[in-house]
Amino acid sequence: MDIPTFDPRIPDGPLVDKWQRHRAEVRLVSPTNKRRYRVIVVGSGLAGAAAAASLAELGYQVDCFTFHDSPRRAHSVAAQGGINAAKNYRNDGDSVERLFRDTLKGGDYRSREANVYRLAEISNQIIDHCVAQGIPFARDYAGYLDNRSFGGAQVSRTFYARGQTGQQLLLGAYGALSRQIHSGNVRLHTRTEMLDLVVVDGRATGIISRRLTDGRIGHHGADAVVLASGGYSNIYYLSTNALASNVTATFRAYRRGAWFANPGFTQIHPTCIPAVEDHQSKLTLMSESLRNDGRIWVPRAAHEDRRPADIPEAERDYYLERMYPAYGNLSPRDISSRAAKAVCDQGRGVGPTGHGVYLDFAEAIGRLGRRAINDRYGNLFEMYQRITGEDPWQTPMRIYPAAHYSMGGLWVDYDLMTSVPGLFAIGEANFSDHGANRLGASALMQGLADGYFILPQTLGHFLAARPPLGTEHGAAAGAEAQAAVEARLARLVAVGGRTPVETFHRRLGELMWEHCGMSRSRTGLQQALAEIPALREEFWSGICVCGGSAEFNVVLEKAGRVADYLEFAEVMVWDALEREESCGAHFRTEHQTADGEPRRDDDAFAHVAVWGFRGDGVAPQRAVEPLHFEHLQPAERDYR
Amino acid sequence: MEFTLHIWRQHGAAEVGAFVTYPVRGISPDLSFLEMLDVLNEELVGRGEAPIAFDHDCREGICGSCAMVINGDPHGPLPGTTACQLYMRHFDNASDITVEPWRARAFPVLRDLIVDRSALDNVIQAGGYVSVNTGAAPDAHAVPVAKQAADAAFEAAACIGCGACVAACPNGAAMLFTAAKVAQLAIMPQGRPERARRVIGMVEAMDDAGFGNCTNHYACAEACPKRIPLRFIAQLNREFLSAALSSREFVELARPHAHEE
Repeated sequence: MDIPTFDPRIPDGPLVDKWQRHRAEVRLVSPTNKRRYRVIVVGSGLAGAAAAASLAELGYQVDCFTFHDSPRRAHSVAAQGGINAAKNYRNDGDSVERLFRDTLKGGDYRSREANVYRLAEISNQIIDHCVAQGIPFARDYAGYLDNRSFGGAQVSRTFYARGQTGQQLLLGAYGALSRQIHSGNVRLHTRTEMLDLVVVDGRATGIISRRLTDGRIGHHGADAVVLASGGYSNIYYLSTNALASNVTATFRAYRRGAWFANPGFTQIHPTCIPAVEDHQSKLTLMSESLRNDGRIWVPRAAHEDRRPADIPEAERDYYLERMYPAYGNLSPRDISSRAAKAVCDQGRGVGPTGHGVYLDFAEAIGRLGRRAINDRYGNLFEMYQRITGEDPWQTPMRIYPAAHYSMGGLWVDYDLMTSVPGLFAIGEANFSDHGANRLGASALMQGLADGYFILPQTLGHFLAARPPLGTEHGAAAGAEAQAAVEARLARLVAVGGRTPVETFHRRLGELMWEHCGMSRSRTGLQQALAEIPALREEFWSGICVCGGSAEFNVVLEKAGRVADYLEFAEVMVWDALEREESCGAHFRTEHQTADGEPRRDDDAFAHVAVWGFRGDGVAPQRAVEPLHFEHLQPAERDYR
Repeated sequence: MEFTLHIWRQHGAAEVGAFVTYPVRGISPDLSFLEMLDVLNEELVGRGEAPIAFDHDCREGICGSCAMVINGDPHGPLPGTTACQLYMRHFDNASDITVEPWRARAFPVLRDLIVDRSALDNVIQAGGYVSVNTGAAPDAHAVPVAKQAADAAFEAAACIGCGACVAACPNGAAMLFTAAKVAQLAIMPQGRPERARRVIGMVEAMDDAGFGNCTNHYACAEACPKRIPLRFIAQLNREFLSAALSSREFVELARPHAHEE
């Protein structure tokens, strides 16, 4: 097969000028011509809603697809803690340069300098725009915006709206989108899911969708397709993701020729409520912001059975403060998660399963008073109590790491275009800015930077060089893709077994968590590669979708998503297997220092690994995009 | 724990629904209400029966997807709690539990417990935003906003759009939902320039969508899983009245499209 050269097409010139120069140089579409172009946006979260609204404001005709009943339910809504920006409103030494450095270092030098710098640069505009939308950010008594600290930073640059920042930002973008729907510039397709990409002569020209309420399959043509379909962490079954989050849109694009970058980079979030139940359906995140004031500890002795209150100070191990004194409880997510796993593996974990560590507010409540803590985290305390039945005002919270975010995603160039011309990927669906580990409060920043400020510029650059395709274009390819989708749905319906789809998802999740989760080894990954095809075979002979495809069938929806996870899992495992180093969230047990810290290999792996589809039952093809560091030289990532 | 569930089953919008009784056993008190339904659904699938369709997604009380009336209460008996965050430990062992969809004229049933809530989106589309284009904003600190105002706006903005207020209201009114957005944007200075146009547009959309009127039952605030305060309805009424009285272009504002080129 042809291996594309993964040229990120980064503009020339000094790092700090690249984006401004690029903006000045991109081709433009004239205002009267914009309405002749149709753009499809798949997804209505922060990235998708922001992009659909901004493109429509510019004058493009936009079709926005969401599988939810309303765009406002996209999973961005659940982001709790905040959004980073380099405003330096606190006078604590922050700057675009420092946000860039923190993010690049936080990603363990596995992201593109130019992208990360642009992200830091745009961060300030995002805050301006969101304030203008009337979003009620937290403010101080003078009426100015408040900030808090997040992991991996020594400045306070995180803007927030209590523990519901994602909700408020999403409702802002949803409002902007609603305005464009009202004025007829966006056609909204709710409860409609993308099941395939249509490619004509190597260019993306549309999608095949299924309307969930009646199963109607349709082909939608466009001049460009934008995937804003989020991440795939719920491949682990238990994750902080919403239950319907899935890889289908990006995976289907991968099968149609879009290459997938760093699929094995998945983030495990350190502060989630531990699993207790076999039938538990998800893990609930406790915002990282809690680590501003909560102290993390486990008993010094293994197999401790006293209640936390009965364990004296001297017999507690505040292990993050001990191991990483400079950052302490605000160490980055990958490091905090691994440390939690390590102490639990030593038998020092707490709670009924031993998979838990304490997050203790006693000291902060004593120092700041109950009222201050309630103002900052009241809703999170309430949520914790509701789920666990324990009162965090009286006893420490118990937390454990859980799958949370995928840094991997479709490969995109500097313009956010995938390796298929005309197909763009934004937000969590692309791979671009977080390297091997995302810092807290950076996902909202990236989704909105992509959607509001980057894509609306770069998409015009692509369209300006091409005449509008018109509505009749791509009919043959569309019919072919539609037939393939229908055949696959028919296959799912025809299985006629008796095993719930859920069972296979759970088994796949356990397998991936075990072998391709927080720590990975060659033997474990090879075992996963042997087990996944067998599980897939069982799935295709054992499931029951309990009904047909031409009706509202929630089991069929889920079956299609799990079927894609069962294929995509192998791509993840291949990526983790071939990356013979430890970096960020990717920890290979073979590559660690004597004291258990990850050992990165910049000589062999300072690159993006990009995977191409070669056919069913064939291992995917690996290619690389080398990473060049001109502004900031990779250094050991030291948080001590 | 064990329960006897009486669940509304309805195959499609045009078909007649009915309650069907399902016993469930071996339920852990630490399961959420939706996880308890998951257990039942896995059993049903194992028997080759269609599972109970219900909307759900984040399962942490923020996306607003889940929507079911449990023992007569939208989202069940626990105040300030969505169905996904309701745990079986809050129910008596061996009790009967009735589960049905939101019932309101504006929310047609699509299947089982799933209803069509797009009427709420229509209300927002009619003005529930600040009409600022991307790129037009001044510096975020250009306009200070008193902390008390920002906090009050946040209280309103916390609405998750689940529709429990409509389901609880004997008139099927969406007043609390609409009021929350109108109030948030009337309180924040950024929303002020459009406040008259906004409230008139949204109230009109509310009527058009088939939502009823408010006759002060206050069931909405009682049912709200985010505890949106009732006083925002009073604010909505004030906003509407003042827009109607003070705006010379009231008639035009109420029909914005009639006068555009």
